[in-house]
Amino acid sequence: MDAGGGGVNEFGEAISFLLDPASWEGTNGLWDQLTQQVLLTLTALVVVLVVGLPLGLWLGHRGRGGTFAINVSNIGRAIPVFAVLGLLSLGPLGTDTLGPYGRAGLATLVALILFGLPPVITNAYVGVREVDPEIVEAARGTGMSEWQVFRSVELPLASRLVANGVRLAVVQLWATATIAALVAGPGLGNTITYGFSNGDYQYVIGGAILVAVGALVLEGLAALAERRVDPMRRVRGSRHDGLVQTPQFDAPSTDTAATRS
Amino acid sequence: MSLAAGVLPHAVVAADPPCYSRAVNAWVCPEYVTRYAPELWDATVQHILLTVASVVLGFVLAVALALVARRRARLRSVLLGSTTLVYTIPSLAMFSLLAQATGLSATTVVIGLALYSLSILVRNVLAGLDGVPDEVVEAATGLGYGRVRLLLRIEAPLALPVVMAGLRVATVSTVALVTLGTIVAYGGLGNMLANGLDDSFKAQVLTTSVLCVVLAVVLDLLIVAFTRLVTPWTRGAAV
Repeated sequence: MDAGGGGVNEFGEAISFLLDPASWEGTNGLWDQLTQQVLLTLTALVVVLVVGLPLGLWLGHRGRGGTFAINVSNIGRAIPVFAVLGLLSLGPLGTDTLGPYGRAGLATLVALILFGLPPVITNAYVGVREVDPEIVEAARGTGMSEWQVFRSVELPLASRLVANGVRLAVVQLWATATIAALVAGPGLGNTITYGFSNGDYQYVIGGAILVAVGALVLEGLAALAERRVDPMRRVRGSRHDGLVQTPQFDAPSTDTAATRS
Repeated sequence: MSLAAGVLPHAVVAADPPCYSRAVNAWVCPEYVTRYAPELWDATVQHILLTVASVVLGFVLAVALALVARRRARLRSVLLGSTTLVYTIPSLAMFSLLAQATGLSATTVVIGLALYSLSILVRNVLAGLDGVPDEVVEAATGLGYGRVRLLLRIEAPLALPVVMAGLRVATVSTVALVTLGTIVAYGGLGNMLANGLDDSFKAQVLTTSVLCVVLAVVLDLLIVAFTRLVTPWTRGAAV
């Protein structure tokens, strides 16, 4: 019961910690850590998109490699992010500092990419694969080239699931970047771990709030982007509220790519 | 880490240092597994208990919530939206915030992981129930099945394959997530993983990592086996 009362009090302290400009300044201040975490997330996202999207879309178009795409996400889910971060940071990648990415930056970046790829590859694959084969056949019948079939038929019809995979990846990347602090890596997780190891809970709560708000902001931005690329949004018009109609709820079997960390 | 400092004094004293000693610090080390078997066993047991408690709590909550919301469109979208939102919050932040209420305890980890599993389980329980054909429900109602008996004897068995598929996903990801419970000192194998990282103890880091994956695979296979046992009519089809 005492813990509850203390928690409320520390919550207030955490807010004043976040509002204090001094907390944000200096080396490894909140601003430093936030920059590292955002940079890590965005860099990894670019790599994940450049590698994962073409691979997943191509596998989907060819209609082969499904086992590969599904297995990538199944295996990804069973492997703890923490373990991969640990193995990479103790291995050859761990000693580097990577400029603005901070200590253990390279190990963290590689771990992020590894965990961001599965949802993108799987959703891109499933998205293209689930396009009605009769529509694709009809498109071929009108004399479209393979590229035209992909570009004008498969890609627009798959775009919702593909965008959904990217959204899952963004959330995953942000969460993974938070955990980097457990292996002496960069990012906002450092404020949390610092608080725990010093029994100073305003840091724990303050850091946790920042991380959670950051995740929600990213999720919101990704959801907005997801809606923009949806070619059907004009058709559905005002009934489209974005939450209920995303395909993950319609088709639970296809949304198995997400990992939480 | 400087290798020379470790090798010089020890190599002279111990002619053949074990592979888990600081001087050798090998990644793969069977001697480590033998030497630390009791600790590894305890950590694995804690890991399993935390996983099972989280998934069972999440499952009970998910079934209850899904049953309440299944025929109410508004509530349904609120439920799906909010579980997705919870899922968005990184676990490190989740455990940190929950720890303010429940302290450095196993409860913190179990509540956090149960909340995460909701996003998968609620969705699959709803999808499983939605998948029951209307004709079947009508036929059963016509035969005089009451609501409870309809649910238990007709809808639940038919929804089971989809529900179990969700349970597999939830269990496997929970096994991986338990490791992060180490932030509140209840992380099962994650505790040993964290200690190993602090000491740059490679054999410990690799062994506990591999054990986590093995545990996930074993639990997954157990659920598959159980599902096949209780749904003999689906045999031959992919579960």
